[in-house]
Amino acid sequence: MNLFGWLNDQLLRMQWLSELVTAGVSAAGLDPATRLGGSVHFFVYDVIKIFILLSVLIFAISYVQSFFPPERTRRILGGRSGIWANTLAALLGTITPFCSCSSIPIFIGFTAAGLPLAITFSFLISSPLVDLASVILLASIFNWSIALAYVAVGLVLAVVGGTLIGRAGMEDQVADFVRNVPVQDNEEAMTRAERLAFAGEQVAEIVHRVWLYVLIGVGIGAAIHNWVPANIITALLGQDNWWSVPLATVVGIPMYADIFGTLPIAEALIGKDVGLGTVLAFMMAVTALSLPSIIMLKRVVKTPLLVLFLAVVTGGILAIGILFNAITSWFI
Amino acid sequence: MIIKILGSGCKKCVALGDNAKAAAEAAGKQAEIVKVTDFAEIAGYGVMSTPGLVIDEKLVSVGKVLTAEEIGRLL
Repeated sequence: MNLFGWLNDQLLRMQWLSELVTAGVSAAGLDPATRLGGSVHFFVYDVIKIFILLSVLIFAISYVQSFFPPERTRRILGGRSGIWANTLAALLGTITPFCSCSSIPIFIGFTAAGLPLAITFSFLISSPLVDLASVILLASIFNWSIALAYVAVGLVLAVVGGTLIGRAGMEDQVADFVRNVPVQDNEEAMTRAERLAFAGEQVAEIVHRVWLYVLIGVGIGAAIHNWVPANIITALLGQDNWWSVPLATVVGIPMYADIFGTLPIAEALIGKDVGLGTVLAFMMAVTALSLPSIIMLKRVVKTPLLVLFLAVVTGGILAIGILFNAITSWFI
Repeated sequence: MIIKILGSGCKKCVALGDNAKAAAEAAGKQAEIVKVTDFAEIAGYGVMSTPGLVIDEKLVSVGKVLTAEEIGRLL
């Protein structure tokens, strides 16, 4: 076996862990080939794998992030416009902090500094949707071509969505107080020790915040994997139904979860022959839009702009879902 | 003096609030700790990464949890 294949299987997909859990499940008197044994295996293996990957990845990514605080991102994006500025904003969105609670202060800070809505929204769409951790996790659970495709369509959605919102000329549809916010550069230089400490804190904080969602996600995934009959899933979300992508999107939008919680569900759905596009649409709807974030956004933008934002992102997710269902065979 | 903690109630904000309280006590100062959770007000200080620390209406730190000693030096 080649070196890359070995690294991929053992480090990323953690085959050693799968074998270890199989041995453990067998030792506990359960046959992994049975339903119950299979569920227990799926649950234990996925939980351990996600938490290991999550911790390692967040540490590495937070270290990189410490070089790009929002103040610096704002300076980089300041004074730019056009499609390349949107692309840059979408790319910078992939290396910014995960927490959606920080996206509203960032929206206010960017807008107050006079950044066009097109740029700010490209950044806001990309930030929760695509990050480096999700890419590696997708590669671990599915494969590299799906992971890269996810990033590519996520970035395209951010660039196109931001551009469309910019074209609508709704610069006046921002809550009035936003324009009066002072623009400050509070950035402080960090030492390497501080960056490492920051990365460690981020791991603790994010694991603390997402562990419950991951457990719930893996639980649902394990249930789908072994208990829900494939024909029910196929009837609801099968590739032949025109409504599978809209249904996955509509169900996903109000849900609030990190991508880490949605991955095990996606994994189980793919195992039941649900189309790749349907699964991607579900994941994107969950991560990009949620009821709490919509409510927060409502306070800083006026209704027409909020509706436009929701329409553009939802439309984009539907288009991505339908496109990927048509070309699933390229990836799996 | 009034010490404001800017943040939407995350763990870091609580930690920063505790440290600020400890710092004020160690310095023997009478300080009122105010938690600012409204993000319009947070943004009003020009803060993009929480938690932020405001001492007597002056923004002194953003995006990190200062230790009690560090806050003590700022008081």
